[in-house]
Amino acid sequence: MGDTIFALASARGKAGVAVFRVSGPIAVASVGRLCAVPERMGLRRLVWGEVLDEALVLRFAAGASFTGEEVVELQVHGSLAVIRVVSEALLAVGLRPAEAGEFTRRALENGRLDLARVEGLADLVDAETEAQRRQALRVFSGAIGARAEGWRAKLIRAAALIEATIDFADEDVPVDVTPEVLELIETLQAELRAEIAGSVVAERVRDGFEVAIIGAPNVGKSTLLNALAGREAAITSEVAGTTRDVIEVRMDLGGLAVTLLDTAGLRETEDRVEAIGVARALKRAEQADLRVFLLSAPDEELMMAPLAGDVVVLGKGDLRGDGVSGLTGQGVDELVARVRAELEARAAGAGVMTRARHRYAMVAAVEALEIAANRVRVAGAELVAEELRQAGRALDVLVGRVDVENLLDEIFSSFCIGK
Amino acid sequence: MKHFDVIVVGGGHAGAEAAAAAARMGARVALVSMRRDRIGVMSCNPAIGGLGKGHLVREIDALDGIMGLAADEAGIQYRLLNRRKGPAVQGPRVQADRKLYRLAILGMLERQAGLEIIEGEVVDLVDEAGKIVGVDLAEGVRITSAAVILTAGTFLNGVIHIGNVRRSGGREGDVASVRLGQRLAGFGLDRGRLKTGTPARLDGRTINWAILDQQPGDEMPVMMSFANRSPKVRQVACGITHTNERTHDIVRSNLSLSAMYGGHIEGVGPRYCPSIEDKVVRFADKSEHQVFLEPEGLDDDTVYPNGISSSLPAEVQEAYIRSIRGLDSVRILQPGYAIEYDYFDPRALGPGLETVVPGLYFAGQINGTTGYEEAAAQGLVAGAAAASSVLGRDGPIFTRRNSYIGVMIDDLRMRGVTEPYRMFTSRAEFRLQLRADNADQRLTSMGRDVGLVGAGRHADFQKKMANVHGLRDCLANVSVTPAELQAVGISTSRDGARRSLLQVLAFPNVCWDQIVPLVPDVATADEATRSQVWCDALYAQYLDRQDNDVAGLDRNALTPIPREISYLGLPGLSNELASKLERFRPSSIQEAERIEGMTPAALVLILAQCRKFASLKAVHG
Repeated sequence: MGDTIFALASARGKAGVAVFRVSGPIAVASVGRLCAVPERMGLRRLVWGEVLDEALVLRFAAGASFTGEEVVELQVHGSLAVIRVVSEALLAVGLRPAEAGEFTRRALENGRLDLARVEGLADLVDAETEAQRRQALRVFSGAIGARAEGWRAKLIRAAALIEATIDFADEDVPVDVTPEVLELIETLQAELRAEIAGSVVAERVRDGFEVAIIGAPNVGKSTLLNALAGREAAITSEVAGTTRDVIEVRMDLGGLAVTLLDTAGLRETEDRVEAIGVARALKRAEQADLRVFLLSAPDEELMMAPLAGDVVVLGKGDLRGDGVSGLTGQGVDELVARVRAELEARAAGAGVMTRARHRYAMVAAVEALEIAANRVRVAGAELVAEELRQAGRALDVLVGRVDVENLLDEIFSSFCIGK
Repeated sequence: MKHFDVIVVGGGHAGAEAAAAAARMGARVALVSMRRDRIGVMSCNPAIGGLGKGHLVREIDALDGIMGLAADEAGIQYRLLNRRKGPAVQGPRVQADRKLYRLAILGMLERQAGLEIIEGEVVDLVDEAGKIVGVDLAEGVRITSAAVILTAGTFLNGVIHIGNVRRSGGREGDVASVRLGQRLAGFGLDRGRLKTGTPARLDGRTINWAILDQQPGDEMPVMMSFANRSPKVRQVACGITHTNERTHDIVRSNLSLSAMYGGHIEGVGPRYCPSIEDKVVRFADKSEHQVFLEPEGLDDDTVYPNGISSSLPAEVQEAYIRSIRGLDSVRILQPGYAIEYDYFDPRALGPGLETVVPGLYFAGQINGTTGYEEAAAQGLVAGAAAASSVLGRDGPIFTRRNSYIGVMIDDLRMRGVTEPYRMFTSRAEFRLQLRADNADQRLTSMGRDVGLVGAGRHADFQKKMANVHGLRDCLANVSVTPAELQAVGISTSRDGARRSLLQVLAFPNVCWDQIVPLVPDVATADEATRSQVWCDALYAQYLDRQDNDVAGLDRNALTPIPREISYLGLPGLSNELASKLERFRPSSIQEAERIEGMTPAALVLILAQCRKFASLKAVHG
């Protein structure tokens, strides 16, 4: 029997109702800490510190559920804020966010899946790939990417130092690596704690998604932004290259907080100030959650490749007849609808679960590091190593798998091993 | 024409263990070696065991293999590495008298029922309709068999380098197997080139031992084999000296003459066994490097200077060696050299080390590994697998969870090698459970079930376990309060909770003398039993957690994947993953999991296919 897992089972949160599914041996017991779990179904107030939401709670006995395990389903209101607080509460009562495909797998293992339907699992794989891709994009494109790299390096170094004293005990390696290992562990812990405390993880929901508008100079980016924002936030003019810095406008896009970025027109330029603007535009555009490409012509060559989900449209629609125009409002509603659909899907689906998973990862890592730090002083190196491995496994999703080869690379480049 | 069940080609550590294992399983076995007096030769350092390696030796021993027994016959200095760390990372190691070791191996092979040693050079493999059915010897003799295990060591297209001099050779004093190398090339297996090296050998009578530090063996020597209690022969010490700036200057100023640095070598050498050239270049800021002077035998004056392997010209080797303290007038018996040889990509091997060519198995350095212990362990795997295949029986199953052997086989098959593969304890994710001290608990019963372990060995094991279980139960059945513990000097949190003495045993710094007053029956337990119970208790709490870590998959980890499953065109699998699966042909879900890029959902798909296949089979028979 595995541990108890949870996931957001509904595809789109904004649609009114969001469904959380909890499966495993302590499903009822865990949800029971948020509300009294009904025998079969009932309306319950979910409380964790404060009232989270009014939810329809359904209970399925082991053997009579989708997975074959004890299952509790929570149908809550579909707002992002509710989804976020409920998933954090589920984490807090000790549940683990499910991996992609894990519910289906449990169903299969427990003989709850009709084998004739196995081909249908193909969809699952596609979904997983998409989720992972987005997750990777999300984690590694922003500031958290740089931080995760630092965590990875520290983890590898600390583990490598310990492993060196174990596997190369009869070699020329330092006997006491304790001070450096402790320092690494403490730094790691402090950084992870800061991260958990919330800045970056909650950033997206609190501050909204970044949507960059990019395209060649004078294609109407600023005009479009102004039309979207409903005010003159960016300076528009007929002179190409007017926008040299990145201009940010916060707005509400169908209930989602969105920061629109107006960027310098992308072109090769001799003007040094403008060149800086272009470089900055490219960088910000890459880091944004979504890009709207405004084309000056249908066959225009882009200075950066659109990522999946990005929107590519023709600009200056007023002059052309088709495409988008900020001046006349032509095509703007369709554009807004497309952007909103894409962002909502992310916010409701992978987004929240990804954050939950990261948070879970960081909390587990901090715990393991705590034990490791205590052990460095008193216990055998193999037990310290065990906790460092545990921390590494926990952070896997954030920093990538730390493999024995990574440790050996570090050891062989630091110490002269080999009698 | 002679016929056998299994022919083993090569009498090194892989070959000897393979032949012995196949014969123990009940197969009729021929071991073909170029020279009978080269069987069981230690080509490099005169030591067996160490960290990770000692674990392998114990596992071989737990399966009634011969390496540990031979090492104890020849053991002239025992050291348990990491003695001050926990038992999970303690590795038994022994300096072995070369001649005694060789004779012990030969003797055990000669006494093994069903095993015949044939002297001769294998120049070709006999194939019949694509299956290997025997070997041809250089003298024109053909012997046939149902399976052939090739343990060619460094002999396949071996090239020895000393400075800019290069010549064909499988080892100092032995010819390379060139024809066999060409023959194997014809099978279309992926081939690569690796390199290893060995230091000069010194005349111990010309070493100034008086001015050097000595490293004695352990006062309480720990044997390599579970079957032994104490050393069989006289014990000696090793000498320790160091290189110095002058040594490094000599090496540095002659670097261009080194085969390695002169660009004569294409093979990749191991990072953990660098030549003195590597050390001087890569760690230029170090003013000295440690050199162990290891005696090669009790009645042999040869000394192995561990730590200064080199492919410099002989005269440069003499110059830098003589610059080392205590070695200023040393006589060099044989210069060090580098050797390059062929290996085949182990990712094409099956779990029993069978190649894609039916009837042909590979074990040892031919699979890209280095080290006697790694070779012997593979020999055992291939020998047991070949025998069980020929005899139509189940063979042993090695996994990452039950053994270092399983870790190694899995690493080789799933990840391949980029440098000669050596075992480290850090490669084992279940390190706390895979200990040298409990190799028998992990493997002996399984070995008995498949016919690899003899009745005598198994009876000894059962006797040992009866004692261990007796003591363990005795401790588990007594629970004590913090106050009772305080009374015997064991401090614990005063939470009033009762704890079993087995749990108490796992506390840091608890000793038996404190336990005995609490449960007097314990007083009669012997030291070995006590020690075993303590080791088991120490890590008990981690068992649960490690089990949890793999809980999701582990239930299915051993689910076999039918060979008939076709991955190409399986809906939902990416083409990339499908072609990897086609190539590796994982034999279990666990193996599939380890394929790079594998996703949980893809595993579900494969698992579902296995179920579907099984249910179809149930219907149609």
